[in-house]
Amino acid sequence: MNDAARSPLSFRDPARARRLLDALAHLCAGRESDPLALMHVCGSHEQAIARFGLRDVLPKGLDLFMGPGCPVCVTDAPEIDEAVRLARAGIRVTTYGDMLRVPGSDVSLAELGGEGAPVEVVYSVAQAVELARTSDEEWVFFSTGFETTAVATAAVLLDDPPANFSVLSAHKYIPPAMEIVLEMPGSRVEGFLAAGHAATITGWGVFEPFVARHGRPVVVAGFEPLDILAGLVELARLARAGEARVVNAFPRCVTREGNRRAQDQLWRVFERVGGRWRGIARVPNGNLRLRPEWSAWDARRRHASVLSGRVARAALPARAPCRCGEIMAGLARPTDCALFGRECQPHQPVGACMVSSEGTCRIWHQYGGRPDLGDAE
Amino acid sequence: MCLGVPGRVIEVKGWIATVDFFGVQRQVSLQVVDEPVAPGDYVLNHVGFAIRRIPEDEIGETLALYEQLIELAERDDLMAEDVRGELAATKSGGGAE
Repeated sequence: MNDAARSPLSFRDPARARRLLDALAHLCAGRESDPLALMHVCGSHEQAIARFGLRDVLPKGLDLFMGPGCPVCVTDAPEIDEAVRLARAGIRVTTYGDMLRVPGSDVSLAELGGEGAPVEVVYSVAQAVELARTSDEEWVFFSTGFETTAVATAAVLLDDPPANFSVLSAHKYIPPAMEIVLEMPGSRVEGFLAAGHAATITGWGVFEPFVARHGRPVVVAGFEPLDILAGLVELARLARAGEARVVNAFPRCVTREGNRRAQDQLWRVFERVGGRWRGIARVPNGNLRLRPEWSAWDARRRHASVLSGRVARAALPARAPCRCGEIMAGLARPTDCALFGRECQPHQPVGACMVSSEGTCRIWHQYGGRPDLGDAE
Repeated sequence: MCLGVPGRVIEVKGWIATVDFFGVQRQVSLQVVDEPVAPGDYVLNHVGFAIRRIPEDEIGETLALYEQLIELAERDDLMAEDVRGELAATKSGGGAE
């Protein structure tokens, strides 16, 4: 355990935290043998839950899972393979840092960069565009992330991008993945906690069709520990009462309509298509791809000759299987995996969930099991 | 990548705002935000883009988490690391670094 884990941030209002925990315990009473199963879908939520030690103080009658909320983790190996092929062909590839070490079928981008291939990390797609403007070479931005990050990609394409720049989109759209998780055999999820800042863009109204179809409540919550606890109390209340509706528990940031200007940009550039999410399943409408009118900036079309044809996949080494998929579906916890903390560690990850700072396994490994409600009392 | 970071707008030139993030001035794009932004406003930023103007009465509550995270900036902490990444996604501004 590291220093940060030993000195957690204190709750700003310990009395309120205690009241919320009491309310949660009351709502989950009697479910000890069949815990109420709730799922959040955001790496930042899991970071906050882990670093503030919330999981240790949740009632026994509540199981809180992190779902497919790590965009890096659900980027499928063939998508990474595409970026690898482009870099191997000498095309300059930029991407977000978390993507580098995620294994493809053959190698990761980091391993390829170690061999001298032209791979660079950027923090923003705007930096990727600036790099492309510095030379006449071909530049591809391997773009990952959910709606919130896809909006940034859309904005640069709508702002006169250079002709030598294109986008390899692995962007994902979260609402359809929530449906897939519910439809998985063995799924017990009774309600979802949605991420506040993503809903800033989409608005909380985006979850209404999901709630109508599946009869499960959704609560939008912020990232402060008190925001998360308040969101969980509301979600547990709705789930216990059988009330399937969307509640916005983060009104200081999220509206029903969201940011219409951002949505307009997002859907002018991207369309929803079905595709595989790593470790989970094929998700109908879960992938964001560039619309045909953007083909000049779509790396899959612009560099079709490099990306065409199949590649022989390296056989995976025999070892206890990585359980990332089950973990992201809420069917297992990191501690249920035989590799967790043994063969699979942050400096030597087996699965993508141990690579990304938003991956469930990485977060659990970083913060450990740390009972620290002492700070709230 | 879910966690946006709030900052105070110093100056606006076209689609670019110079924003003060806890004492560090950086530039962010205003292409995505859906309300007019003026000096003195607070905006929530994500990967180099302002995604929301924060109403005045919500500023204090919004800043609390980040002030603590910035204090932990040198520590090995995943949330603080993400906040640092968000700040690195902005461009160096003309003012004090």
